[in-house]
Amino acid sequence: MSSEEHARAPSAAAPRRADGADLGAWRGVWVNVELERGRVHPVSWELLGEGRKLADHLGVPLSGVVMGPDDDATGEACAEAFRHGADTVRVVRDPVLAHYRTDPYTQALTELVERNRPEILLLGATTLGRDLAGAVATTLGTGLTADCTELRIDDETRSLAATRPTFGGTLLCTIHTLEYRPQMATVRPRVMAMPKHDPQRTGVVVEERVALAEDDVVTKILAYIPDADADKAQLAYADIVVAGGRGLGKPENFRLVRELAEVLGGDFGGSRPVAQAGWVGADRQIGQTGKTIRPKLYIAAGISGAIQHRVGVEGADVIIAINSDPKAPIMDFATYAVVGDALQILPALTEALRERLGRRVAA
Amino acid sequence: MGMHIVVCVKQVPDSSQIRVHPVTNTIMRQGVPAVVNPYDLISLEEALRIKDRFGAGITVLSMGPKMAAEALRKCVSYGADDAILITDRVFAGSDTLATSYALSSAIRTIGRDRPVDMVFCGKQTIDGDTAQVGPGVARRLGLQQLTYVSKIEAVDPGTREIVVHRRAEGGVQVMRTKLPCLVTMMEGANTIRFAGMDDMFRAARYDVIEWDHKAAGIDDIARCGLKGSPTVVRKVFAPQPRANKAEIVETAGRSARDVADALLQTLFARHPELEEEIGP
Repeated sequence: MSSEEHARAPSAAAPRRADGADLGAWRGVWVNVELERGRVHPVSWELLGEGRKLADHLGVPLSGVVMGPDDDATGEACAEAFRHGADTVRVVRDPVLAHYRTDPYTQALTELVERNRPEILLLGATTLGRDLAGAVATTLGTGLTADCTELRIDDETRSLAATRPTFGGTLLCTIHTLEYRPQMATVRPRVMAMPKHDPQRTGVVVEERVALAEDDVVTKILAYIPDADADKAQLAYADIVVAGGRGLGKPENFRLVRELAEVLGGDFGGSRPVAQAGWVGADRQIGQTGKTIRPKLYIAAGISGAIQHRVGVEGADVIIAINSDPKAPIMDFATYAVVGDALQILPALTEALRERLGRRVAA
Repeated sequence: MGMHIVVCVKQVPDSSQIRVHPVTNTIMRQGVPAVVNPYDLISLEEALRIKDRFGAGITVLSMGPKMAAEALRKCVSYGADDAILITDRVFAGSDTLATSYALSSAIRTIGRDRPVDMVFCGKQTIDGDTAQVGPGVARRLGLQQLTYVSKIEAVDPGTREIVVHRRAEGGVQVMRTKLPCLVTMMEGANTIRFAGMDDMFRAARYDVIEWDHKAAGIDDIARCGLKGSPTVVRKVFAPQPRANKAEIVETAGRSARDVADALLQTLFARHPELEEEIGP
């Protein structure tokens, strides 16, 4: 579908929601607080930070939605939502929600939306959030925009302008849901900045009841196998990241990237081509179709910096590019660049840092 | 006969080969090869494995222009039995909600002759990347929704139970549910097989079944295409080039070590806070 085709869409038609309600009856910004096995995914706080800006601009309250079993973790998730900017938390406590399953979560969130009518509903673009968002948007018959990189309010239409990469990150498009409510969007972890945590901040908890029954849920959880590294900081949240690309020549040379990451105390990843070639695992791919990162320091070795890579790393505070090609696109968005052979410079950096750290220990 | 499995596929431009016209800022699609969305092939292979084990009829289904028949023929060459393309001008401009409406209507029609036990979709497409159509189809058809499946542990056509491993953020959920269900597969779960000679010959002669909206069982065309799409694309644009070019770190010395030292000196002088961060 082309943008031209879209531009011809009728935009002045009456709201087409089944109940015929006026769009103005839908007010407030909601963020799904993604609670899974007692842990809140940090993307939820990033979304509350972004939701705060949207709610302030619209002059409406910001609410977090917490769904989970009736336990301490659920209560703590509510409290943390306030500390990250929510005015209200709507909570559904039910043993059926102990594990994520599409049906009960969809039922609960759909009912809450229909009851309270928020104009905007944001979810994390995680495996849980995408599964839930797709089911909820279909049930409500409303628009959903995936993987947004920018959210703002279009004052003329009072609608959410959701910008996302398209065509594998070569272009951006801005999508509106003009005649349906709520306007739904997902955002990937680390795309938005973490808001300030205010330990003093509190708000109103609204207990919501939804008639859920375990017997009605067809899907059962037999077991949960935690990842071996589930307790370690994940690549998306690492403060220092070193990544390698095709410029490293062959898979064996990837060792140089890992060694530098290790001495820095950081994590490592790779560009899309090397992830596809199997030099690093698919879960270590950095870029639009892989992980988005926002480290304090990012070192890219032998990565040309195609747009699809750039959108995944431009949230980094400092970017160092090591590349033999002074005209590589990465030179246009890195902070510092070294023009040279990554295979020589990576081990030299590792050695220099090791000595520097050694002096620090001695001193 | 065994089970009946529908696999939804999409023909996509090979996104790695898309270029943007430097002057007009439009997408240059000419000459970009069209391929079967790679994620769909992972789901197709999983369906083929179920067919290998238990016997099953596999119908591949796509929505798109007439040229998308080529993608379906490719799926037949891998071993799909039937291929249906829903193609109609009323589908033009469909967003994910309208797409899931059209596909689910077609699946309902397909199921009239032979009930559908499982539907497979790709995890997402490489051109849209939304991952929304699979859940949309599951919801509309009332199928159990199993997304991000890394492994199908067991399927029992007798008891109609299925056990899968589903990827969660910090681990894997082992889930048991009942057919009918919709599955989207994770990358790495399998690799699409090589097409066999017999299937390749069959595919070459195969006439893909084409359905317009009526044949697909769609009465309400207001729910299709642009009209049926709540989302409106208002702007498509190329990312802004950054004004700030990288500061090239240069040194008097020529060795890699000289360069490394100069880089670290610049880095820690300008960003002293990073000194605190480093270290194993």
